[in-house]
Amino acid sequence: MTTHDGGAGLTLHGVGVRYGDVVAVAGANLTVDVGEIVAVTGPSGGGKSSLLSAIAGIVAYTGRIAWNDEDLASVPVHRRGVGLVFQDGQLFPHRSVARNIEFGLEMAKVPAARRREVVTELLDLVGLAGLGDRAPTDLSGGQRQRVALARSLAVAPRVLLLDEPLSSLDASLRDRLGAEMRDILKARGTTTILVTHDEAEAELIATRVVRIDAGTLQQL
Amino acid sequence: MTARGTTRRPPRLSLESWWLGVAPLGFLAVFFAWPTTALIARGLGDAVGSALPWSRMADAALTTLTLSSLGMVLTLAIGLPAAWALFRRRWPGARFATALATVPFVLPTIVVATAFRALTRGTVLADTKSGMLATIVAAFVFFNVAVVVRVVGPVWAQLDDRQFWAARTLGASSFRAAMNVHLPALTPAIVAAGATVWLFCSSSFGVVIVLGGGSVATIDTEIWLQANRFLDLGAAAFLGIAQILVVTSTLLIASLLRGRLRGNGLARGATQAKRPSGPRGVVAIATALTPALLVFAVPLSALVWRSVRTRHGIGFDYYARLFDGQPLAGVASSAASAAGRSLTIAVVTATVATTLALAVALVATRRRRGGWLHIGVLLPLGVSSVVVGLGSLLTLTRRLPGGFSLVDANLLVPAAHIVVALPLAATVIAPALRAVDPRLRAAAATLGASPLRVFAHVEWPLIRRSVAMAAGIAAAVSLGEFGATTFLVRPGAPTLPTLIFHLLGRPGAENLGMAFAACVLLAGMTLAVAMVSDNPRAGRMMT
Repeated sequence: MTTHDGGAGLTLHGVGVRYGDVVAVAGANLTVDVGEIVAVTGPSGGGKSSLLSAIAGIVAYTGRIAWNDEDLASVPVHRRGVGLVFQDGQLFPHRSVARNIEFGLEMAKVPAARRREVVTELLDLVGLAGLGDRAPTDLSGGQRQRVALARSLAVAPRVLLLDEPLSSLDASLRDRLGAEMRDILKARGTTTILVTHDEAEAELIATRVVRIDAGTLQQL
Repeated sequence: MTARGTTRRPPRLSLESWWLGVAPLGFLAVFFAWPTTALIARGLGDAVGSALPWSRMADAALTTLTLSSLGMVLTLAIGLPAAWALFRRRWPGARFATALATVPFVLPTIVVATAFRALTRGTVLADTKSGMLATIVAAFVFFNVAVVVRVVGPVWAQLDDRQFWAARTLGASSFRAAMNVHLPALTPAIVAAGATVWLFCSSSFGVVIVLGGGSVATIDTEIWLQANRFLDLGAAAFLGIAQILVVTSTLLIASLLRGRLRGNGLARGATQAKRPSGPRGVVAIATALTPALLVFAVPLSALVWRSVRTRHGIGFDYYARLFDGQPLAGVASSAASAAGRSLTIAVVTATVATTLALAVALVATRRRRGGWLHIGVLLPLGVSSVVVGLGSLLTLTRRLPGGFSLVDANLLVPAAHIVVALPLAATVIAPALRAVDPRLRAAAATLGASPLRVFAHVEWPLIRRSVAMAAGIAAAVSLGEFGATTFLVRPGAPTLPTLIFHLLGRPGAENLGMAFAACVLLAGMTLAVAMVSDNPRAGRMMT
């Protein structure tokens, strides 16, 4: 197994995450090229989500995580330029669909007129045109995940992290939304890491699959 | 390859720095820990040379235990049927009645005590010691029925009925099935409610001082008597230690019991409330609610009635006198200015207590050892307000080297109110903050929100209703605070409760009538605050 530091894209070198005495991820090495969609699969409790959390910067980690050879260690979460989509969406319950999608643009102080354009474009992209005024609680599970995806894409993240994005949906919806997601991500050239326990879902969406088990990454 | 041994600190996603804990901790150190420690030291030091006879102290302790036990048993006897009727049976108006049942709990002690005084005035209940004891216990029931209904009711409502029916099919009668299935499952809630009631009874200073007429002495009233009448602060401090022991041992016994009882609860499900079956069911509900209804309605009606019954018939003369701006004899303050003072102090208390409670909640729910701060903030609950007042009197009335004095700055009373209100405010805010999913904060952070903006844009909108409610509770507590205030209030600057107490102690129908009118006013102010803060729109008004 070879790793190469430097170069374009995201590089992980010897990344470890532990909670107290429990080692969740140990010595993970991974390179993701710009525009690549990499799936990380493995059993639950195998360290998949912890790996994503380390890349997002929401847990403490050891080792080195870099973007275009720039170490992200001292970059706080809100400046990392990563997007994160959770299994259950985690939409802001007090904001409408449109205001969920424009949250990141508000934080970046994008003018309101431009924000509205982006929201309309993204609602269209994820197939929810016209639903901007709905409350998140009025949406189905599949619709919520579409909003979560649109919300992350709105800020054009350098890396998009998807944490079991389809696991809470039923089987037929999962296949359809998975294919749509793949098309959207490919069309936009978004560098993506997808974490899932479902091998079929990984094959469907990703251009490359790696496995993680007991905290250790295995490239296939 | 293993992860390196050194793990960095977890990154901050929202406001969660430990330094947020400095303000509440510093406040409690100065205004609670120091006074209480000084009181204990003084009490231990003076115990030997004190003039306080042991028999007197034993009598106060015995009366406290007896009254609290009677209050607890009677409150459970009246509160449990009410909880059954409100939570196990479904009938039109049940929800409204449940909301109404909480009202007495919000009312200031001085108001409730005065209401019972209005009721028993001129009867044998006001003239004999046993009559006074009975009235005091009735007032305890008035306050605490809401505790039993609120603590036991929701658990009762959710008890799964299937085990009950299983017992019935095995040949148990309805009564035996309930005793064998429902009672064990309810016991932890009943114990918790009982302990809370006992605690409130044992530190219910206002009720005993107003209704005891000087012949019923509990530990709290004896502290007040020693400090204010006999000017023996050493004896008062020694009694303060006894009061701390009573309260903490109650809390200890309750938590031990709860630990032992945990685990034999039934599976919880959706609410099991049923419609009453036929006229007999309706009669059962009415019978279960009548005692509680009588305890609430009769004294409050008596209070309102006496406040409008003047020498010249029905009229608002007493209310008019409250607002005529004339200073009242002996206090050099008009009732209106006392009401204004109470409102100002309530606003200060609500603002500071809520802010400190928010800081406590942020640290307690986010930092690994933050739970200790929350426990520290809850400590004042283990001390009666009389002890807080006496402790502050012993320590905080001193003048600082620069000539600054908390007394002159009118800060002593608000500070004591904040000490009393802070644990309650923190108890309301912390669960709301804990309920915000950490991943929601993570989602906001990855979208570019700095810690401050995560708090402002995500957490604050989700917790502001609870914050408004905490502010309302703090304001209501401050408006009615009596135990600590009696020690700290300056002559000439009474709050509304201490003014009422003063009026009650003066001769003449005029003074008594004004006390009744002032109680109605204070009750109205407190209920208004409680209603505004519990309104869904209250939180929105704060942004």
